[in-house]
Amino acid sequence: MKAASGGMGAAVAPDDLERGGGLPAETRGSLRRLWRLKWGVAAAALMLAIVGTTVLAPWLAPHDPIAVNIRLRLAPPAWMDGGASKHLLGTDQVGRDLLSRVIYGGRVSLLVGVAAVLLSATIGVPLGLTAGYFGPRVDWIIMTLINVMLTFPFVLLALAVIAVLGPSLPNMIAVLGAAGWPIYARVVRAETLSIRERDFVVASRALGMGHLRIIFRQILPNLVSAVVVIATLQVAQVIILESFLSFLGLGIQPPTPAWGNMLGEGRVYMLTSWWIAAFPGLAIFVTTLVINLMGNALRDWLDPHMKL
Amino acid sequence: MRRYITRQLVQLVVVIIGISLLAFSILHVIGDPVLLLLPQNAGKEEYERYNKILGLDQPVYVQYWKFVSRAVVGDFGKSWYTSTPAFSLVLERMPPTLYLTFAGLGAAMLIALPLGILAALKRHSFVDTLCTMLAVAGQAVPIFWLGIMLIIVFAVRLKALPASGYGTWQHFLMPAFSLGTFLAPITMRLVRSGVIEVMNMEYIKTARAKGVAERMVVIKHAFRNACIPVITVVGLQFGQLLGGAIVTETVFAWPGVATLTVESIRNQDFPVVQCAVVLLALVIVTVNLIVDVIVGLIDPRIRVGG
Repeated sequence: MKAASGGMGAAVAPDDLERGGGLPAETRGSLRRLWRLKWGVAAAALMLAIVGTTVLAPWLAPHDPIAVNIRLRLAPPAWMDGGASKHLLGTDQVGRDLLSRVIYGGRVSLLVGVAAVLLSATIGVPLGLTAGYFGPRVDWIIMTLINVMLTFPFVLLALAVIAVLGPSLPNMIAVLGAAGWPIYARVVRAETLSIRERDFVVASRALGMGHLRIIFRQILPNLVSAVVVIATLQVAQVIILESFLSFLGLGIQPPTPAWGNMLGEGRVYMLTSWWIAAFPGLAIFVTTLVINLMGNALRDWLDPHMKL
Repeated sequence: MRRYITRQLVQLVVVIIGISLLAFSILHVIGDPVLLLLPQNAGKEEYERYNKILGLDQPVYVQYWKFVSRAVVGDFGKSWYTSTPAFSLVLERMPPTLYLTFAGLGAAMLIALPLGILAALKRHSFVDTLCTMLAVAGQAVPIFWLGIMLIIVFAVRLKALPASGYGTWQHFLMPAFSLGTFLAPITMRLVRSGVIEVMNMEYIKTARAKGVAERMVVIKHAFRNACIPVITVVGLQFGQLLGGAIVTETVFAWPGVATLTVESIRNQDFPVVQCAVVLLALVIVTVNLIVDVIVGLIDPRIRVGG
């Protein structure tokens, strides 16, 4: 699988990296590959900055994200008329600093995104392996389950379950994690079906290797890149969904800052104060964009022939 | 063809049973309807009494059987909030949701088809790069934020379009566009790669050699054949599109099923939520079946291989 990543040259226009001419061929090759991934590398750097900012929020945020200042409520961003230089992105309906809230809000989104994706992969990968490896009967049951789950719009399922369980951070992770597994199971199953018939697996079986050993030592290592790519792209999906639930008031509850609930509060004031809704939404947009770019680059790097 | 359709129908039945199980267990296994219905300070006797009234003292499989046998004839119980049958409440709100979904589909096609063809014909040009960038951005933008930004610009600032509601064609523009951006990127990519692939085929060369005008080559020969994967994927994405419509409805106060569902969740009105979930899933399953049959009719390879 990995060997394939070098053989893409024909499909790509001649690169701008001709100037690397004096370097040894091997370095030149890997430099060229890196250049092709320039967007991915830039995205990764930006993602590192976003993660760093949220982790270091207590030191970087200029204000306490839940400190109220009624006298400075609905102040516009600093560069507009009437903006206060203290509050770069302005303040919300009770005078809380928007910049600090956006910085802190990222914590919830990233935490939920990563935790839910880990949970989904933990459920989906074993199910996909089982369906792909153990033949038609198990496969049929698991595929039907996947079809049922995929028929349900993800949003609707999450809404209905959160409505019964009640909104909280652990519930949110549990719901988004439990609803997201079919995509992993489907891809892992398809890959397993084809790897199972490859010569090295058939040979291992002929040599008397046990099923579990074949699954974990021969098949699973060949699936890692596919799972990593889906997981990366799914983090973006989960972040959008979490924000939507919080936006509806069914997710993270105020005053805890989350991009979704800030957007929901800002919507009420959109007639007069556009910035309250605009900036948290922009944060969601940039974060998901960066994650998608990273995921695409990762896919091209690990396996350009991957069909996802 | 008949065998293909039979196989699809069998799968449809299985999926519907699965959906009913899922919808049933959301309320009855994960949650406890009586606890949700009674005020928090209700005593144990009250709890027992309601348990009996709702038939929850019976074994789970009996309850499930009752739920299904009623649901088949459209009886999902009465709304706990308004006491009208949940089924008619949801059914009333279905048309706006479907109109919005199809308007979003139309918007996505209006954006994706021309851009996809253009990007394919001018491959590796500035236009192509621009289209790719638009697609990447479109995939990342949250619908609900895009909707709010559109409202701020076009309704609040420019006062050109109504901010929310339902009725005239102007009401459709912003919601349809927001929803369209959700499906347009993936469709555009498919059209682009489909057209590129088809343009290299022998029959295109034949058509050109016969002296067919380039415009006709693109429209009649290339585009038509590039459409098959698009129809399949759009069909598969219909569920997600309906999910996107749910998000769009809540932003634009669209009087559809999704707005009703969110209201019902806020009112803890679970029969309505349950009914909405089942009916929306049924719509998706039906559309998927229709798409499967259409694709089977267009492309014989699929119904044989399956």
